Amino acid sequence: MTDTFDKGNAAFIAKRYSSERRFRAYGAAALAISVLFLVYLIADIGIRAWPSFFEHRAVLEVNLDASKIPAGNVQTGDFEGVVRTAFRGGFPGITARSDLKSLTSLLSAGAADDLRQQTVANPASIGTTVKAGVLLADDADLYLKGMLTDTVKTPGKTNLQLAQSGDEFILTGDLSQLAAGQIVRANGGALRIASIEAGLARAEAVMPPVTLNTLAPGTWDILSFSHAEADRRIDDRQVVWLESLRDKGAIEKHFAWRFFTNGDSREPELAGLRGAIAGSLLTLIVTLSLSVPLGIAAAVYLEEFAPKNKWTEIIEVNINNLAAVPSIIFGLLGLAVFINFMGLPRSAPLVGGLVLALLVLPTIIIASRAAMKAVPPSIKEAALGVGASHQQAVFHHVLPLAVPGILTGTILGVARALGETAPLLMIGMVAFIVDVPKGFTEAATVLPVQIFLWSDLPEVAFQSRTAAAIIVLLGILFCLNAVAIYMRKRFERRW
Amino acid sequence: MDASPQKSTLSNSPRILAARDTKIVASDVNVYYGEKHAIKHLSIDIPDRAVSAFIGPSGCGKSTFLRSINRMNDTIDGCRVTGDILVDGKNIYDRDLDVVQLRARVGMVFQKPNPFPKSIFENVAYGPRIHGIAKSKTDLEEIVVGSLKKASLFEEVKDRLDHPGTGLSGGQQQRLCIARAIAVNPEIILMDEPCSALDPIASARIEELIDEIRQNYCIIIVTHSMQQAARVSQLTAFFHLGDLVEFGDTDDMFTTPQDKRTQDYITGRFG
Repeated sequence: MTDTFDKGNAAFIAKRYSSERRFRAYGAAALAISVLFLVYLIADIGIRAWPSFFEHRAVLEVNLDASKIPAGNVQTGDFEGVVRTAFRGGFPGITARSDLKSLTSLLSAGAADDLRQQTVANPASIGTTVKAGVLLADDADLYLKGMLTDTVKTPGKTNLQLAQSGDEFILTGDLSQLAAGQIVRANGGALRIASIEAGLARAEAVMPPVTLNTLAPGTWDILSFSHAEADRRIDDRQVVWLESLRDKGAIEKHFAWRFFTNGDSREPELAGLRGAIAGSLLTLIVTLSLSVPLGIAAAVYLEEFAPKNKWTEIIEVNINNLAAVPSIIFGLLGLAVFINFMGLPRSAPLVGGLVLALLVLPTIIIASRAAMKAVPPSIKEAALGVGASHQQAVFHHVLPLAVPGILTGTILGVARALGETAPLLMIGMVAFIVDVPKGFTEAATVLPVQIFLWSDLPEVAFQSRTAAAIIVLLGILFCLNAVAIYMRKRFERRW
Repeated sequence: MDASPQKSTLSNSPRILAARDTKIVASDVNVYYGEKHAIKHLSIDIPDRAVSAFIGPSGCGKSTFLRSINRMNDTIDGCRVTGDILVDGKNIYDRDLDVVQLRARVGMVFQKPNPFPKSIFENVAYGPRIHGIAKSKTDLEEIVVGSLKKASLFEEVKDRLDHPGTGLSGGQQQRLCIARAIAVNPEIILMDEPCSALDPIASARIEELIDEIRQNYCIIIVTHSMQQAARVSQLTAFFHLGDLVEFGDTDDMFTTPQDKRTQDYITGRFG
């Protein structure tokens, strides 16, 4: 009898244990999947963003020609001209107008900016020749980062005879290393292999060779590409020029500080986040200075002082509903009230901040109320018991103990505001704005809107910039969350 | 059998009452929690400079009545009090009475020790500070030290007044709460089961303390322990289902209870 009882019991217990194990396994699996997604997301964005934090510069000997740069007014000097001259000077063989244009297009539109600043700071250098790093254009930069094509350099190991017939060049000898589409660099020029037939290779000049000498092993090399010329944004001539610069050691890679110090630009290599960061900061200042005092005051009143009746109940329900209203609705509200009715300027951080303040207000109220509710009533009773007024009990005891929770809620609300795009689109913060905003009423944009704008642009280089901007935004959000956690730990008291 | 609730206990006035001033006079007090009638037509006279114990089974209304004496019930939604409670002849439910001043005169010690999450010093100093009792910093220090001494806690904490009050043991915390209540010079101290969260040794210390300070205050203690009521109080009131069944000298109550319910309760037949 006891035996059968035990057996039945054992089966029951085993079932209970297996159910528990199953539940834990589900939990672990769910966690693993979400971690996997998160890691994939971060890694993907990170890998895309990484190249954007670096830029390539060509190091040139620039003659700061005093006739082009007036000593009295350095700022207006023709630095573009002297940089262009210096850059072209490295390629004396190029004279055709279209070639020169193609060569110059390797330089960024802002190539001379750094040199201009240096010279303004040091006017004594006018008239001398200085070594200057000039910024390359986005496509040249992408090529050097290996993002347009994979270039493989193979040294030539055989003897090749070179002959010219009209525009065409013929290579004969041991052709085992060659393939169509490759570029052979030899005798001061570069030849693109057009076709390989029995015993000879036909090639056309990318840069005409200076001589027709026999190509001895070690004197020539081959460039082969993963993408044919038609499939990449940089042509063979430009590749040859860049490679020759690289071989000369005239290409330098630097950390792209201008990504953080420049405003927006149509040129990817010049586009930076400073305008967006300043816009976000100004917007958040407005948001915080409005929503925190209002939110906490409303929460204190509703939680501690408001009479519990129909009206406060309606208000409570509606605050909870407000927290769930799609953010774009707040944008419409801002457009109607702040811009059309009150006549505040469009695209301004002031209006953006007002709209975002409305957006995070419910979040802050709900978080603050929850934090105050979590303070044990015995503390309030103790204060009332020694004769504190209701207000004293709340402000001396309940509120200070609720501060960690209120801070956490506020920072999470701010993090939400920082990442909001939709309502800002409605109030015109979506414009292309080059200048860094200096006041609350100047036109500005914010980080997430900047990301939205860049993601829409056709230039390949902007894809990477977009990812980099996302990384910056995520970094700021992580920092905010870290601050929230730190503050919670710092102010947390036990009772 | 049904003890008429209207009947004033004054008719069989306890001996102690005759010997002392009456501090609190309650007449025909009713307390409602919404629909629930928690205290029914209660009348009682409570003497000064003595310990009165309220005993009775759970839900009998003894804590409710205690909390009516310093109007802590005001903070509970849906709680309604009718009738008069007079402290020194002044009705505390008068419209013109300042609740904050009342609570300064009627201190309270709660069931669970509830020191503020602040330093020991700040815990005691809070009351004097908000009432502006202390004229100067040294004044305040004197009050704090004096209160801690009266609560026989000073010797244990004198080296760590700046430590958090929540770091003390349960019994010390409760004595700290008593010191906090004493610091604002109350005339009445209400204690709502002050020892129910404490071990017997800590309870014994609180009882000693109550005994030491009873000469200066009107103390009312709600307790579930009849031994405690017998040890610590001079008067005992027995509550049952919202009625004050019996109120008299503690010695009489535990030896010759008048009512059968009292007898059943103190002999452990229910409750």
